[in-house]
Amino acid sequence: MLPAEIVRLSAEHLWLVAIAVFAAVVIAAPSAVILTRRARLRRWTLGVVNVVQTVPSLAVFGFLLPLPFLGVGKSTAIVALILYALLPILRNMVVGILGVDAGIRESAVAMGMTGRQILWGVELPLAFPTILAGIRIATVTTIGTATIAAAIGGGGLGTFVFRGIAMADTKTILAGAVPAALMAIAADEALGWIERRFSS
Amino acid sequence: MAVLVEFRGVTYQIGGREILHGIDLCVEESETVALLGRSGSGKTTLLKMVNRLVEPTGGEVRFEGKPVTDWDPIRLRRRIGYVIQEGGLFPHATVAENVGLVPKLEGWPKERIRARTMELLDAMGLPAPVYGSRHPRQLSGGEKQRVGIARALAADPPLLLLDEPFAALDPVTRFEMQQRFARLRRSFGKTALFVTHDIREALMLGTRIALLKEGRLEVVAPADEFVQARTPEATAFLATLGEGTLDESHAAG
Repeated sequence: MLPAEIVRLSAEHLWLVAIAVFAAVVIAAPSAVILTRRARLRRWTLGVVNVVQTVPSLAVFGFLLPLPFLGVGKSTAIVALILYALLPILRNMVVGILGVDAGIRESAVAMGMTGRQILWGVELPLAFPTILAGIRIATVTTIGTATIAAAIGGGGLGTFVFRGIAMADTKTILAGAVPAALMAIAADEALGWIERRFSS
Repeated sequence: MAVLVEFRGVTYQIGGREILHGIDLCVEESETVALLGRSGSGKTTLLKMVNRLVEPTGGEVRFEGKPVTDWDPIRLRRRIGYVIQEGGLFPHATVAENVGLVPKLEGWPKERIRARTMELLDAMGLPAPVYGSRHPRQLSGGEKQRVGIARALAADPPLLLLDEPFAALDPVTRFEMQQRFARLRRSFGKTALFVTHDIREALMLGTRIALLKEGRLEVVAPADEFVQARTPEATAFLATLGEGTLDESHAAG
């Protein structure tokens, strides 16, 4: 449990979270736009994503293990983390876009803006604070969830936590838990700051 | 005078209920027609058929002699200014950006957009150096409404549609806005179709008044003849005018 190992595992942890959140945003963005245009599909999809969210994270890691191309290791961990990050991001994107004032949307249509112009020029800018809030929630929770990734060989700060549990050594557990908690607080603060800058 | 907008036997059904029944109405160039009626009379639905925010379920609407369904909706809407309560301004854009929106969509050169925006803001009594860089949340209700009208006029459309534009304003500001609008309409020579539930406003701004009752046109008459109308709904509306105010608002119109 050298300081160098703490730094290495923190970096690995951050990397897992960054990839998962980034991938979730990339998947969520076009899906959210489609879902805002189709009410029935929206109810179904958000329902399914909601259910995924309720499955205990350790179980999701377990379910993914037997799948081809995944198995033990980082890729399984990342897929599971993406599934978890997806819900808050997708939901906030949908809510943010649908929450644009009806009068504003109507005048955009009435002024002869095309669907694409309304999306980029009106809906996304106005939904941006809500979208960012979703990314913030997803990032903070993923930092926590990612500690469990170590159980299936995903690496990251969870490695200390599981090692500490196995050795019944509180100090080792803390070596994983404290940096993870600090990371979550820092991410929350940083994204919160960006959010405030844009919502003023 | 040429007919700019024509409703021919327009009906509208929603949820199995017909809320507009065979509306026939023409709006001629440079007149201002007030669609007067109670809430739920169908007046806003009728207005929104002109720029295809609502499609009639029967009959047709024509703009510049052509059925609106033959128009590309984007082209049609850019030829029609649209003003709603509170202006429907984009909160994330400045006043100048709001006003210059349609010219920008139309690909006008920057300098021309700037000149046009300044001209309109000046005409609305909102000098661009002071107001141009503000955001809508920094404006009063009356100022927002003026920006909304400037935005609707920006690309010099032949027709303005206004949906209860002054309803959310306090009485004094509303009166000032109505007077300003009446002056503007004369100086810009625009054709306008506006929805209102306020007979004073209809008499003051409308050159003709079309009274809607439960989806039917009950009276269509020039403002000075409208006050003589004796149909039940016209009587009900005229009764809301106190003695004295009748002459006053009539004179202003």
